[in-house]
Amino acid sequence: MAALEDGVLDGNAIGGLLLELFGTEMTTAVGTCAGCGTVAQVAEMAVYQPKLGTVVRCRSCDNVLMVFVEVRGVTCVDLRGLAQLA
Amino acid sequence: MAGTAVRGRLTWQTATVGAVMDETPAVRTLSLEVPDWAGHRAGQHLDIRLTADDGYRAERSYSIASAPGEPVAITVERLDDGEVSPYLTQELRAGDEIEIRGPIGGYFVWEPPGTDGAAPLLLLAGGSGVVPLRAMLRYRSRVGSSVPARLLYSARSWAEVIYRGELARLGDGVQVIYTLTRQQPPGWTGYARRADPEMIAEVAWPVTQAPLAYVCGPTNFVEAVAADLVALGYPPQRVKTERFGATGTP
Repeated sequence: MAALEDGVLDGNAIGGLLLELFGTEMTTAVGTCAGCGTVAQVAEMAVYQPKLGTVVRCRSCDNVLMVFVEVRGVTCVDLRGLAQLA
Repeated sequence: MAGTAVRGRLTWQTATVGAVMDETPAVRTLSLEVPDWAGHRAGQHLDIRLTADDGYRAERSYSIASAPGEPVAITVERLDDGEVSPYLTQELRAGDEIEIRGPIGGYFVWEPPGTDGAAPLLLLAGGSGVVPLRAMLRYRSRVGSSVPARLLYSARSWAEVIYRGELARLGDGVQVIYTLTRQQPPGWTGYARRADPEMIAEVAWPVTQAPLAYVCGPTNFVEAVAADLVALGYPPQRVKTERFGATGTP
């Protein structure tokens, strides 16, 4: 598992966003990477926040797990990189 | 969807700034009066949203600096090129209102034993990463816990150490160890370098005591320290991490 570079956050940082979207505490939810099968709590995932939105990646294989983009007040959610989120 | 499913949802609410206290020249603690505060856990954070006159919005997360049961407070470090922190540390006055959302997070939280035996607590802070760890230490005192606690606090200089007075008074079973990475006062005998494997090995509780570690700071600090702890034999699930990004980095 490569060390994250400075500026990269973790899933703690998107706890508020996820709480608003899912209606419940999600940083302790467990996700399974659809790419490599790595299982991790959301708080442990790598979070990138370029201007356009939020990208969550697997710490093991760098696969994109989740993408959140807000367009005119509506948040678009893409969870295709997760085999499971519970 | 039934309306009841939405009612309990966390959303933005208005907080009023109460007492304001300068911790260092660049760091300020703001206490917040929040009418519908649900109560928080030690280590949780909240989000702050600022809206400009033209509708532009900026959101940032700040760790809650106060213990559960105490009034909500956040400690903010001013980043000179920041969008939010200069306003919070220089413009906001007691009585002003801001939008907040919280409390947030269930991973980087400490609960006193009962739930976790007598596991000694190892807290490792890089810069303003000390804020949620201070909430844990205050909570430990507040509930009268006797769990041994050790804090390694990495700061650039003594002048940049947040909560200096409070950390000096913790006493009873709490040990605070500093490393000053850039500038040390005359006669300084403590660590004077970035945290490294040798330092972590010296301050960490032996693995045999089943310690619980919390690491908070800029990403490079957290990555290095967490890796050092795992190399010492700490199980990864006993090393809780929280990273500050460019927007919150000391």
